[in-house]
Amino acid sequence: MSLKLEHVTYTYNPGTAYETHALKDVSLEIPQGQFVGVIGHTGSGKSTLIQHFNGLMRPTSGTVFYNGEDIWQEGYSLKRLRSKVGLVFQYPEHQLFEADVLSDVCFGPKNQGLSQEEAQERARTALKQVGLKEKYYASSPFELSGGQKRRVAIAGVLAMEPEVLILDEPTAGLDPKGRDEILDQIAWLHQERKISVLLVSHSMEDIARYVERILVMNHGEKVFDGVPKEVFSHYKELESIGLAAPQITYIMHALRENGLQTDTSAITVEEAKNSILKALGRGEK
Amino acid sequence: MIRDITIGQYYPADSSLHRLDPRVKFIGTFLFLISLFVADSFWGYVLATCFLGGIILLSKVPVKFMVKGLKPLFIILLITVAFNLFLIPGKEVWSLGFLTITVEGIQQAVKIGIRLIYLVIGSSVMTLTTTPNQLTDGLERILRPLNKIRVPVHEISMMMSIALRFIPILMEETDKIMKAQIARGADFETGNLIQKAKNMIPLLVPLFISAFRRADDLAMAMEARCYHGGDHRTQMKPLIYQRKDYVAYGIVFVYLAADIAIRVLL
Repeated sequence: MSLKLEHVTYTYNPGTAYETHALKDVSLEIPQGQFVGVIGHTGSGKSTLIQHFNGLMRPTSGTVFYNGEDIWQEGYSLKRLRSKVGLVFQYPEHQLFEADVLSDVCFGPKNQGLSQEEAQERARTALKQVGLKEKYYASSPFELSGGQKRRVAIAGVLAMEPEVLILDEPTAGLDPKGRDEILDQIAWLHQERKISVLLVSHSMEDIARYVERILVMNHGEKVFDGVPKEVFSHYKELESIGLAAPQITYIMHALRENGLQTDTSAITVEEAKNSILKALGRGEK
Repeated sequence: MIRDITIGQYYPADSSLHRLDPRVKFIGTFLFLISLFVADSFWGYVLATCFLGGIILLSKVPVKFMVKGLKPLFIILLITVAFNLFLIPGKEVWSLGFLTITVEGIQQAVKIGIRLIYLVIGSSVMTLTTTPNQLTDGLERILRPLNKIRVPVHEISMMMSIALRFIPILMEETDKIMKAQIARGADFETGNLIQKAKNMIPLLVPLFISAFRRADDLAMAMEARCYHGGDHRTQMKPLIYQRKDYVAYGIVFVYLAADIAIRVLL
């Protein structure tokens, strides 16, 4: 169970004056069960990259493998692939269309060929997983608040029970509480159901808190690929491509420069707290 | 996939034709179309050909793009020419069963064919060298006298430019929603006609909602900037005739006069 890209290049408008490379020779492998963060400034090729994972875009050159099989080979069912690799686009609430919440979430499972009862069963489970209260199931999705709509849309993909879940900025435009709830639920799903999660985000704090591996994209190329501590230690390089390290990391660097022996590889507030306490001689008791 | 469709086929280049006032191009095209129907003799067509050729050279737009505009009209062109070829009575040259070709038929078919082709190329030159915004601006100015009889010219042209501006946005939106639904297992390609129409619902409902949302947002943004229609509204780049525009008018009128002269004298 893994996703793999080999030397994938994607070119918009090949052969014309408008030719642009959205992806340049990207190779990477995502083993089943990993929680991966994808960062990069706007236009760095993140969205193009994630659309290659479920066959929405076909690489100009290179190969995409799912479970060792080339997804573009003759006779490969892209429809089946898409039910295994779930993709939640940016602002997914814009794709809602049904008259009530439950039917909308049923859309994916029904396309997988499940019966009405099975689809509803899946839909209920998915809606529970994203934390939407049962009283909303029968209401029109257009009557809900922005955060609730977002949950319904994410549930719409979860109900297909994918093995890999890809989310393109799932928290854009949400308030801090909604953001934390949605991310916590995704982290919980990752733990419980052992699915792989790919999270595209502009928030270094979110990335640092949840993921176990970071991919950094710049101008269509993969520039860093490693564990968060390692990637964020290159914060100078990250800045030069329009990104940054989590703010807490900067504080740790500043403290160290001013003489406190802190651990500058701390990337979450929790780690920073422990490191500072230790430096002050008051480590965990 | 859907992004390949282009409407408002402006070809950016820096030519004297691109820099002309849109009103000149609009009226010029109109007069050219009239001249095509005035021309009836061999020399009339020679003149039209020279004029069109000169314009194309001046526009610096590759001929390839002009010909591209003809493609969708190919079938109509074929049918029209065929009708003229076979159905006009006169001196017989060739016949097979009920199909008869006459000398008059051939002449008429060639004339109609040339007229139609020139008509399309002539208007393509205008749309290729003028941005949709310039076109609506020009149209607004030409139609301004209609204000006197209470036609809301400014509002109509504003609606036209907004509609044009929204086409690429909605295209992109369609592409996005389509992909999102495909990711949820939707199928837009297989099935019979009814099935296909049904499958469009997950695409059309969100698209309509998004169109209304965008329209709402735009209306709000316009209100916030105190937009209130045509009266006393000024423009950042008002259309003012320059010397080159008068020269262009002169050339077009000389061409039209020559065309009429050929028709009357020859």
